[in-house]
Amino acid sequence: MKLVYFSWIRERIGTGEEDVTLPDGVDTIASLLDWLKSRGEEFEAALEHPDVVRIALDHEHVDDRETSLEGVKEVALFPPMTGG
Amino acid sequence: MANDTIPEIRIQAEDFDISAEIAKLTEGRGDIGAVVTFSGLCRDESGTLEALELEHYPGMAGAEIQRFAKEAIERWDLCGLVAIHRYGKIKPGENIVLVIAASSHRQAAFDGANFLMDYLKTHAPFWKKEHLIGGSTGEWVAAKDDDDNALSKWED
Repeated sequence: MKLVYFSWIRERIGTGEEDVTLPDGVDTIASLLDWLKSRGEEFEAALEHPDVVRIALDHEHVDDRETSLEGVKEVALFPPMTGG
Repeated sequence: MANDTIPEIRIQAEDFDISAEIAKLTEGRGDIGAVVTFSGLCRDESGTLEALELEHYPGMAGAEIQRFAKEAIERWDLCGLVAIHRYGKIKPGENIVLVIAASSHRQAAFDGANFLMDYLKTHAPFWKKEHLIGGSTGEWVAAKDDDDNALSKWED
């Protein structure tokens, strides 16, 4: 699965994208966020306020943290948008 | 009858020419009675800002704007809609975003443009970072509650 990061989340993690193999049991957005936080202090810093983090699955916003990741190819993590 | 107007959506680094975009939209058309244009520019924040850097999510930005543009076309029965959003480094006084809505009568064009801008601010995957005069990198611009609140007026 491809993970992509933007804005200050990208800066704190230190990379814009990576390919990962999810461990068993990581099958929802909530469990993905928990697992990511355990991957080191840069992830901890990026995800210290998980409620602020917005999620897109294959380029579509998803609010419900219990949404399944089955079949998803790309997960994006980013802060609230500030375009326009 | 469904409105099959196709919105013109562009995500680009280069500047845009507002007059040329209006001309392109209206050329050869007799059905358009109103054109509302909104352009958003980079402010200098009381002289402290050197530039804004706009980051975006290329895979998502176009599709997301397209979705809201189509909703605006349907809801206000627009006969033309253009949305251009720039990315990269943008200096004070330069253009960031352009929305042009065209309709038979003015209210639909006003509302359609207003709606699309409210959604661009809160739902299009763009993020602004400040570069301050003197060379220091400033903060990422924080999302505003006012922008989220602005959306409530479009709820059915």
